Amino acid sequence: MSHAIGTTGTSYLDAPHGLASWLLTKDHKRIAMLYLISITIFFAVGAMFAATIRAELATPQGDLLDSDMYNKIFTLHGVVMIFFFLIPSIPAVLGNFLLPIMCGTKDLAFPRINLLSWYIFIAGAIITLAAVFNGGVDTGWTFYTPYSSIASESSVTVAALGVFVTGFSSILTGLNFIVTVHRMRAPGLTWFRLPLFVWAIYATSLVMILGTPVVAITVLLVAAERALHLGFFDPTRGGDPVLFQHLFWFYSHPAVYIMILPAMGVMSELVAAVSRKQVFGYSFVAFSSLAIAVLGFLVWGHHLFVSSQSIYAGLVFSIITMLVAVPSAVKTFNWTATMYKGSVTWESPTYWVVGFMGLFTIGGLTGLFLATMGLDIHLTDTYFVVAHFHYIMVGGAIMGYLGGMHFWWPKMTGRLYSEAGAKASAILVFVGFNLTFFPQFLLGYMGMPRRYHAYPPEWQVLNVLSSAGASVLAIGYLLPAFYLTYSLIKGAKAPANPWGAKGLEWTIPSPPPTFNFEDDVVVDEPAYNYKPAREVHVG
Amino acid sequence: MDMLYLFIAAISAFFVVLVAALVVIFAVKFRRRHAEDVGADIHGSLVLELTWTFIPFAIAMVMFVWGADLFFRLGRPPADAMDVFVVGKQWMWKVQHPSGVREINEMHVPVGRPIRITLGSEDVLHDYFIPAMRVKMDAVPGKLTTLWFTATTPGTYHLFCAEYCGTKHSGMIGQVIVMPPQAYEAWIAANQPSINLVEAGQRLFEHGQQCSACHKEDGSGRGPSLAGLFGSTVQLADGRTAVADENYLRESIVNPSAKIARGFSSPSIMPTYQGSMSEERLIELVAYLKTLRPSRSE
Amino acid sequence: MEQQLEASTLGMWVFLVTEVMFFGGMFMVYILYRVLYPEAWVMGSNHLNVTLGALNTGVLICSSLTMALAVRSAQIGSRSGQVVNLILTIVLGSVFLIVKYFEYAEKFEHHLVPGPHFDMSLPEAPHQQLFFSIYFMLTGVHAAHMVVGIGLMLVILTMAMRGRFSSSYYTPVEVSGLYWHFVDIVWIFLFPLLYLLGAHLGAH
Repeated sequence: MSHAIGTTGTSYLDAPHGLASWLLTKDHKRIAMLYLISITIFFAVGAMFAATIRAELATPQGDLLDSDMYNKIFTLHGVVMIFFFLIPSIPAVLGNFLLPIMCGTKDLAFPRINLLSWYIFIAGAIITLAAVFNGGVDTGWTFYTPYSSIASESSVTVAALGVFVTGFSSILTGLNFIVTVHRMRAPGLTWFRLPLFVWAIYATSLVMILGTPVVAITVLLVAAERALHLGFFDPTRGGDPVLFQHLFWFYSHPAVYIMILPAMGVMSELVAAVSRKQVFGYSFVAFSSLAIAVLGFLVWGHHLFVSSQSIYAGLVFSIITMLVAVPSAVKTFNWTATMYKGSVTWESPTYWVVGFMGLFTIGGLTGLFLATMGLDIHLTDTYFVVAHFHYIMVGGAIMGYLGGMHFWWPKMTGRLYSEAGAKASAILVFVGFNLTFFPQFLLGYMGMPRRYHAYPPEWQVLNVLSSAGASVLAIGYLLPAFYLTYSLIKGAKAPANPWGAKGLEWTIPSPPPTFNFEDDVVVDEPAYNYKPAREVHVG
Repeated sequence: MDMLYLFIAAISAFFVVLVAALVVIFAVKFRRRHAEDVGADIHGSLVLELTWTFIPFAIAMVMFVWGADLFFRLGRPPADAMDVFVVGKQWMWKVQHPSGVREINEMHVPVGRPIRITLGSEDVLHDYFIPAMRVKMDAVPGKLTTLWFTATTPGTYHLFCAEYCGTKHSGMIGQVIVMPPQAYEAWIAANQPSINLVEAGQRLFEHGQQCSACHKEDGSGRGPSLAGLFGSTVQLADGRTAVADENYLRESIVNPSAKIARGFSSPSIMPTYQGSMSEERLIELVAYLKTLRPSRSE
Repeated sequence: MEQQLEASTLGMWVFLVTEVMFFGGMFMVYILYRVLYPEAWVMGSNHLNVTLGALNTGVLICSSLTMALAVRSAQIGSRSGQVVNLILTIVLGSVFLIVKYFEYAEKFEHHLVPGPHFDMSLPEAPHQQLFFSIYFMLTGVHAAHMVVGIGLMLVILTMAMRGRFSSSYYTPVEVSGLYWHFVDIVWIFLFPLLYLLGAHLGAH
């Protein structure tokens, strides 16, 4: 059923022109581009909300916004950034673009469903946007009951439906990836010859298909409780509001791994490529992704240490959370070891790699404070938590995403960008990020609760530091918008393999032709085989 | 607790510096010298992998045991703790002392004495957070939760709501005023109302809600006798047992059929007080029920 | 073609896993509150119409049979067999929904729909309301799946009438059959959990 569109030699960007050819495309690369454009817009929206929050918090009084407005803004910041930027970022853009190429195939298993995912994603976004124009939402992205189900007067139902719909996009994308990895690999491309990025996306997809339905039903229950007067979490009818938290975090903690696992996958690729060296301990890195995906489902209760859940349940959740730290540490050590005796380039991807390693290590280790039950009592729901998850989700996931974008940009667009600009951006993001969020660890330790619109004046100095850092960070994020766009117009043409890296995607032209490969692909070597083939080793 | 904090901070700092230093050293020392260079052909080392799997595991377990031990101590108030009752509602904290003194968004406590707080909520989730005391607990509508601390230094400390609860969440703040014991006694005496908490509960029990019409002390009423109930183990009609703690008492008032004592009909004939009695009244009743002891004549 | 079938079948199985998680969330709510309020659960269950529920169970089991026969007909390349069995499946699915409609209407009349009109004079009314909330949620979401299933069958039916399937290509029939059986199986869980609970523990 292959309707030949263009000849094999034409790049996917040039194949047929016109808006319709993009909006009806079944090409995974074009769908990746559709996602890229949409999530960039959502990132900008979410970042503007963030900027407003930091502007408000520059002074201890709530003088810029009233508290109601502030609550809506941080809610929207969370909802937009998590559901419409972080979750789709690496899987839907880089995953969509690279997974079929890395598997040596023409497209995903279900190209039509892939396009459908994008439309569902946009539909979910439009519904959520409708909630914004309908007065906004003020529940926090966590939608905690009974506030969300009976007390809040904002348009929670609409926002919940938006999240519900978006969830289906996630599920279908995950499904597509899983089936592709299982069924579409090129001959000779055994599981242990797959690039680690594919392993990471595979693990992420597992989390998506197992976790997303649960959050979908949970927000649906909240919507039904509000709209249809059904009762599930309403204490006046004997319902248990803490049950909501269990259901919610059963997805939403694994959701953190939906955001960070793909970034880890990107890092494995980048570390190997910038060091021109086999990833140290390939199978340990691969299996640590799966371990994180599995353990991630067993730790949701660590969000509930002070919510009156039984202390024995708390013990179990605490110890499993500690265990998640182990595969993360294993990955970090392996990446470090990969650089040992490598041939490390100082081109721009390296800057993102080094930045990621620094921020992710801090983010991961501060998670240990929160997993330690006795300390969590003091630190939970303070700025310590805010700082911790921004280190993981912004420091880790966005550094990974931008690193990956810089690494594969020449492949995706066929253009080279300004190296100097990219280096400057990486440094600004790193510095600005630490300046923004490190003070928040201190604030949290002193006891500043999160989601506060006004705060005691003695904490102003640290808050001002944080707001100042945010403006540096903003410049760091704006720069790529300029030099990457510029590269599209005036950038030099990219060769097929500008980094001298290994991997199937670097064997085809930049940008790739519509059907990726001219001939059928047969793979006969392990991934990252930088040594000449004289010592082909078996198994 | 702060010791544990420093311990983890030190370990974290060590690893951050270690990883960062190694990354930078490797990136500089093994920088690419010729465009065509490739790295050494190293695939991995089982010994190294196992080492850096086991060491983080061991460190994490130390943290876990230490943290869990701390958590258990924070979960178990000493027997001689002084009770204070707190109810959260949008957007204020209502504090009741056993003596009947009430305050809003302020809590006076004596220094050096363990304070045990019983928390309720009238509407949505709140969280009672006193950073200086390193304690925090959610106030969950529909049940009672507890936390305890001992203040060591007189002074005025922040009190926050740490669970997002709506528009004026960041205004749901107050002060904890820690006083020397004599000053505290004097403060209580100066604000002493005509009736203390237990008396208020007794009044509800005997007159306001007419509980005593059925719950007679000698067990001759239509409901079980409540004398000596608190802290005992109750045999339930369905064969289970339950410990009669504050939550049991509260639940039996708002939802009498949830746990029915052995020998009584199911579903319960007692009306439910869900929604018809405020958290504060419930706390008064529970405080009174806790004082009921079997009379000596029996 | 082999790869196509395998990919589609695997895709549907993966999708059904997400469906299990989806219903699983609601079953967790059901289980928790049933443990908390066993009395209200028995009383609520006794308000349900076991006869209609049993009738619907029978209807769905028959529809699973006709669905399986439709797949079989496709495998042996019998177009008329496919068409007849698919039509039967659609009819049975519609019967299920019609019966469901009468059941819902009955609940409305008896003020058993949660909300301001709920009959608060019932014993344990707040918790019975919880029961009915979960009843409407579970059966409502299930009915939505039935509607999707019937839509799917209509598509497959038109394709079958046009002779799109043969003994070497019948993936869509088989994959939609998987979905249909799954929706039936969900009902097989719902029926005892919701309807038979009261009868089982003995009415008062």
